[in-house]
Amino acid sequence: MSEDPFLRIEHVTKRFADVVAVDDADLTIRRGEFFSLLGPSGCGKTTLLRIIAGFEFPDSGEIYCDGVRLTDEPANVRPSNMVFQSYAIFPHLNVFDNIAYGLRREHLTPSDLKVRVTEALAMIKLEGLGARWADELSGGQRQRVALARALVRRPKMLLLDEPLGALDRRLRETMQLELRALQKSLGITFVFVTHDQEEALSMSDRIAVMSGGRILQVATPRTLYEAPSCREVADFIGEMNFFSGWISARDGASAQIDLGALGSFNVVAPQSAGTRVLVALRPEKIMLSDAGVKGSVSAAAFLGERSHYFVKVESLAEPIAVAVQNSALTPGHAVGDIVHLAWSADALVILPAD
Amino acid sequence: MRKKNHGGGLLAYALCYLAFLYVPVLFLPLFSFNQSVFIAFPLSGFTTQWYAQMLADDAMLKALGNSLVVGATTALLSTLLGLLAAKALTRYRVPGGAALLGFTSLPLFIPDIVLGISLLLLLNAVAVPLSLLSVICGHTLICVPFAITVLMSRLEGFDKSLEEASLDLGETGWTTFWRVTFPLALPGIISSLLLTFIVSFDEFLIAYFLAGNDATLPIYIWSQLRFPYKLPSVLALGAAILVASAVLVVFAEWIRSRGLEGRRAVMVGA
Repeated sequence: MSEDPFLRIEHVTKRFADVVAVDDADLTIRRGEFFSLLGPSGCGKTTLLRIIAGFEFPDSGEIYCDGVRLTDEPANVRPSNMVFQSYAIFPHLNVFDNIAYGLRREHLTPSDLKVRVTEALAMIKLEGLGARWADELSGGQRQRVALARALVRRPKMLLLDEPLGALDRRLRETMQLELRALQKSLGITFVFVTHDQEEALSMSDRIAVMSGGRILQVATPRTLYEAPSCREVADFIGEMNFFSGWISARDGASAQIDLGALGSFNVVAPQSAGTRVLVALRPEKIMLSDAGVKGSVSAAAFLGERSHYFVKVESLAEPIAVAVQNSALTPGHAVGDIVHLAWSADALVILPAD
Repeated sequence: MRKKNHGGGLLAYALCYLAFLYVPVLFLPLFSFNQSVFIAFPLSGFTTQWYAQMLADDAMLKALGNSLVVGATTALLSTLLGLLAAKALTRYRVPGGAALLGFTSLPLFIPDIVLGISLLLLLNAVAVPLSLLSVICGHTLICVPFAITVLMSRLEGFDKSLEEASLDLGETGWTTFWRVTFPLALPGIISSLLLTFIVSFDEFLIAYFLAGNDATLPIYIWSQLRFPYKLPSVLALGAAILVASAVLVVFAEWIRSRGLEGRRAVMVGA
């Protein structure tokens, strides 16, 4: 993966009637990157993908791919191919003809065509199923055919619209690994739309988190998780505790943050003294120890390798979520137990106040 | 077989209903083979002379030819127009689409006699001579709503991302139509052709107003009813049409079910 800006989406806005589906999206996707658009349904991620594919055209803004302006180009001349959410396997054609569909314009000889399609079938591990009809395929097989049909054209970029959503959990996990491996071996850019944050985290090089048509943050999975830029991102990715606090003092780059009943911590934060802030803390960054903030367990769930607790701390309205790895050394806790919570200051994520 | 007391009553009802539908129609073939000119029991003997008379009747054969030409042209025209409208209404964000759909189906609700008179007045006003062409225009007007209804339900029946997939795979709008939309809509197109043909073939009022000197079959039959001795050959004609329609319906159904077996997939989008 190189740093060159392969796909540039510049200030793209798209409205449908009164709804702003995509609001000033500005994004650069690198060559060979596995890039995900992540967000809840209705956040504009699919519209943005359809704009990249050429099924929708932006009201304003520009799209460039590999230096070529694509903004007004229709889908059939763009260097990308798409895997549809419904797979869109042509029901009147068999698997072979589905995969060969997009090769017609290359005017291959019948034997070359056969070689290309057979290679594609081998790539998706469906050798010998060329004569099958769409309704004779399982969901996973349809998904693979859709993938082969798009990739057989050797696109510069593959667009995937929630392609794993219709599969059962086990198959989805297998396909996640296969898609990732395929992307690495082909080296082409994947733009992947999903509402499943775990899926996005496990597969992507970088993720754009979207909400209400806006791109909230673009970062690697680890950065999104460890250093979300705002409350919405922090809330959407994984579990998160939120506390309100304020900067009580600052000394150069470091600041002292006052969390009221939870104490004061020295953190690195840009806000000036006196500013109100929102502080986020992951449940698994909290330790149950002998000293620290005192509280009582209000709910407990044993999940095998880990346990989840809700701990009610006096003077806080919301209970604090805590996730603990279970081991021979950690005792389990029951509802009503008095526990002490501790965390290190660098586990705190300082966000602008709501 | 459900509970007996229910089944018995419903079966009797169904039989009565079928008898009500088809017994009157069966009188046509029955009396078409009857020797007597008079349509009355008892039957007086078997004959095929009315069929011979029918086939020897040039005016009738001409009317039949006219009806076939009008029916086929109307079916093609209205199905083509209906396909374009159905595609626009189901695939594009047409401003005022619902109102447009309402307007296109209006001819279904205007009495044919009103349409017939107003078309006659219009054609007179612009001095277009009456001919089979004017009948075709009138029939197309009333058939397009049928075509739109049949084709819209067909086009809505398959996933529109199939057409997008085709565009994505390098085809233009036009080639996508031929490679994806048309084959998938084909059962609907055939239904639409048959339906609009039948509607045109037995339409009387509009044809009566607009035909001028070229009678279609219903007009010819109507004119023959004045002559009692011609009645048996009209019955023979009716019986022949009956058989032809039955063959057509069975054929269409056979095509459809074959389509469902061999290409089961055509049924479902995704």
